[in-house]
Amino acid sequence: MKLGSVMRTGLVAAGLLAGAAGSAFAQGAPIKVGILHSLSGTMAISETTLKDVMLMLIEEQNKKGGVLGRKLEAVVVDPASNWPLFAEKARELLQKDKVAAVFGCWTSVSRKSVLPVFEELNGLLFYPVQYEGEESQRNVFYTGAAPNQQAIPAVDYLMQNEKVQRWVLAGTDYVYPRTTNKILEAYLKLKGVKQEDIMINYTPFGHSDWQSIVAEIKKFGSAGKKTAVVSTINGDANVPFYKELGNAGIKAKDIPVVAFSVGEEELAGVDTKPLVGHLAAWNYFQSVKNPGNEAFIKTWQTFTKNPKRVTNDPMEAHVIGFAMWIEAVKKAGTTDPDAVIDAIIGVSVPNLTGGYSTMMPNHHITKPVLIGEIQGNGQFDTVWQTSGLVVANEWSPYLADSKDLIADWRKPMNCGNFNVVTGKCGGKGK
Amino acid sequence: MPFLRPFAGLLSALASVLIAGMALAVDLPALVANLTTGSFGDRETAVGALAASGDARAAPILDALAAGQLYVRKSDNTVVIGKPDGNQLALTEAISGKPAGSGSEAELDRVRVNNRLRGVIEAAVGSLTLMSPDARVRREAADALFKRRDASSLAALDQALAVEKDPRIKRIMSEARAASVLASDAPAAQKVEAIALVRERGDRDALGVLQATASSSDGEVKVAATAGAEAVRQTLAAWEAAQNVWYGISLGSVLLLAAIGLAITFGTMGVINMAHGEMVMLGAYTTFVVQEVIRTSAPHLFDASLVIALPLAFLVSGGIGILIERGIIRFLYGRPLDTLLATWGLSLVLQQAVRSIFGPSNREVGAPSWMSGAFQVGQLNITYGRLWIVVFALVVFFALILLLRRTPLGLYMRAVTQNRPMAAAMGIRTPRVDALTFGLGSGIAGLAGVALSQIDNVSPNLGQGYIIDSFMVVVFGGVGNLFGTLVGATALGIVNKFLEPYAGAVLGKILVLVFIILFIQRRPRGLFALKGRAVE
Repeated sequence: MKLGSVMRTGLVAAGLLAGAAGSAFAQGAPIKVGILHSLSGTMAISETTLKDVMLMLIEEQNKKGGVLGRKLEAVVVDPASNWPLFAEKARELLQKDKVAAVFGCWTSVSRKSVLPVFEELNGLLFYPVQYEGEESQRNVFYTGAAPNQQAIPAVDYLMQNEKVQRWVLAGTDYVYPRTTNKILEAYLKLKGVKQEDIMINYTPFGHSDWQSIVAEIKKFGSAGKKTAVVSTINGDANVPFYKELGNAGIKAKDIPVVAFSVGEEELAGVDTKPLVGHLAAWNYFQSVKNPGNEAFIKTWQTFTKNPKRVTNDPMEAHVIGFAMWIEAVKKAGTTDPDAVIDAIIGVSVPNLTGGYSTMMPNHHITKPVLIGEIQGNGQFDTVWQTSGLVVANEWSPYLADSKDLIADWRKPMNCGNFNVVTGKCGGKGK
Repeated sequence: MPFLRPFAGLLSALASVLIAGMALAVDLPALVANLTTGSFGDRETAVGALAASGDARAAPILDALAAGQLYVRKSDNTVVIGKPDGNQLALTEAISGKPAGSGSEAELDRVRVNNRLRGVIEAAVGSLTLMSPDARVRREAADALFKRRDASSLAALDQALAVEKDPRIKRIMSEARAASVLASDAPAAQKVEAIALVRERGDRDALGVLQATASSSDGEVKVAATAGAEAVRQTLAAWEAAQNVWYGISLGSVLLLAAIGLAITFGTMGVINMAHGEMVMLGAYTTFVVQEVIRTSAPHLFDASLVIALPLAFLVSGGIGILIERGIIRFLYGRPLDTLLATWGLSLVLQQAVRSIFGPSNREVGAPSWMSGAFQVGQLNITYGRLWIVVFALVVFFALILLLRRTPLGLYMRAVTQNRPMAAAMGIRTPRVDALTFGLGSGIAGLAGVALSQIDNVSPNLGQGYIIDSFMVVVFGGVGNLFGTLVGATALGIVNKFLEPYAGAVLGKILVLVFIILFIQRRPRGLFALKGRAVE
């Protein structure tokens, strides 16, 4: 009791102080921005970089005077690669720190675990990673690629340019590879590929002994038809996989591997000389030549004090997402989530590949799709890119239970899963 | 005037050479320019045209293109070949071969190539280099043409076959010729002959050629190709079983390395050490540090880096093991649950410490030259890296056995673990032996880390992947019995590799775990249970 009352007095005093400070400085209290990325545990390998890039973006924005005449302040929390902890930390950011927007999550399961929190507390989440689609939420902005902005163009490229006829779909055993492979399988069959020309293989997280799987791939590839591997293998398992491919003498010109989760960061720990020619599909490569990207790389390397530090696709997604949020806040004149959600649709900001990305009514953004080949220096060389920007299909047209769904968060539809056949909102899931 | 005829022939030959020479002198720059523009499809045609010119200067240009070393200088649009030279590129003019100074990447436009183009180039270069004086180059050229199987390379192969002396290369060339015949519209009899030749080759590439032929032809050719493919498939199936055994042994050696240290700390001392994996990780990071130092200060020692890393990794992990034993574990003897929790916490601390010092991302540990590459035994592909790991695991294992059986330290260790009060009464300083035993187990885990850095990620999570497997091997093999660990590791490795192709990696792993649960139900003490009073 006593403690409670003491705390209450304290709070009142703090409130008064803050009020006084607010009136004393016309600038007002800083706007808080939450960063929800794992800094320890399995995912730290990928997510720590995104935390750093957010800190850099916030610092740069503050140099320009912040937004709405107020400075920005980063609130960093560590959900430690622990999915339930993501939800707790998200709640902490929204309730305790009262952040205006959250930039965070990497794995789909972490995103799924924070969704109810953002919905309940009406927060804003910018999610920067390529994912399996089949989702559109009012409080979430997906700045990474949906399957049709990464996987499908990559398969098209292999079919047209490398005349691939047999397909190995290899992935880590969890939701993103399984959904993506389901979409790809449906797509390949639509293109006339027979069932016997598709091999699907799943491996556990962190799989390290690839000898027999690589031998299987080699066997599958010796049927006299050009074969390619579409890899949704995630994280740590990639390095031993590529090492084994090199050991088994599988060269990119015999059986090319196109990966959706291998970027510049992941290659930083690998000797890439045996991998030259293997492919990756992304919406951004560090090697893309244009002034915007060069400036970004320079700022990033200065910020991290490491002239060799690489950039990658999810980092670009945060750059775009952050710029969009700033624009939307300026447009709305407030950081109120409802106003920002309405204002952000249609906002266009420059991306780092030399064009503009736009936030669409389905809360996904338009992106160019780039196919790159791995080079000996750990970078990618763009060998193909879409002529224009690709609009995300959040609901895949190739899956039976999502092909009739669309998402449009503008009034009056205001729905993430509108069924165009029944004319009702709520076609699937909730 | 019969005597004039040779002259006439000579004259016309001379004329044609002259014309060809002139045509080439005019053509080459245009052909090379075609390489640098247009879509990948256009450039494929340009590569073909350049190769067809037969000009000796074409091969180095195409090689440079395939290696991504062909550039167009922005200032004057000359096509140059750039070889890395420090931070700059040393340039030579592509057509004349004259040195053209140096330049940086920014002043040059690299001519892009993709996989398909690289394949086309390799075949094109193949037909140009079939007559090369270097046997290795001829062999590679013939190999490339076999994989390419293109009717257009027949002429070049026939020419090369006529002069080839080396019987092995001659064989590959005739196989390449056979593959090219199968892709051409030669008469059926020739094709059947070619099928016999390809069938004799009997590897996966041969199978690919035969299956492609079977699906694209009819009549007797189809019959012969189908039969050939079937025969090749059967021999390959036998080799596949051998290959699975080898993969199993190789996986078993990795399991053995990871588990052998645990067999000491858990097996003989009875300490449930959840931080065992982190000792492996520390060994791997020691290798990384050693390689970094060698890279910056003594690059010529790189091939010896692993040998230098071995004792250091043993000392680092062993030293930390002794610290852990003295600092934490000695207060917890006889309290297995508390040990489990304390060492698990410790593993998290170590992981985060490494993450803070070295960063969360993977570190690159290179393979020395004697560990890269592979060799063939029949149709069995054995990589040197895996072979050395198998050898190393066995060496460590038998060295440890010798240490335990033949040295005073080993005697003390066995005495203390078997009967502590009696050993103490005999004047053995048991706390010191405990610390040394734990240090030995941890040090061996460090050695395992050096080997594992060659096949796995060097990241803070390295150890986590091995801790469950290590406990599984030790418990399955029989706690306290080193030979049990050896047999357990090999058996689990082989079972795993035979299950994987049929059940998939995920289900395979589940099946192995289910098998171990059932086995432990039947034989709680593992494969080789200790008998007698030592058990208590």
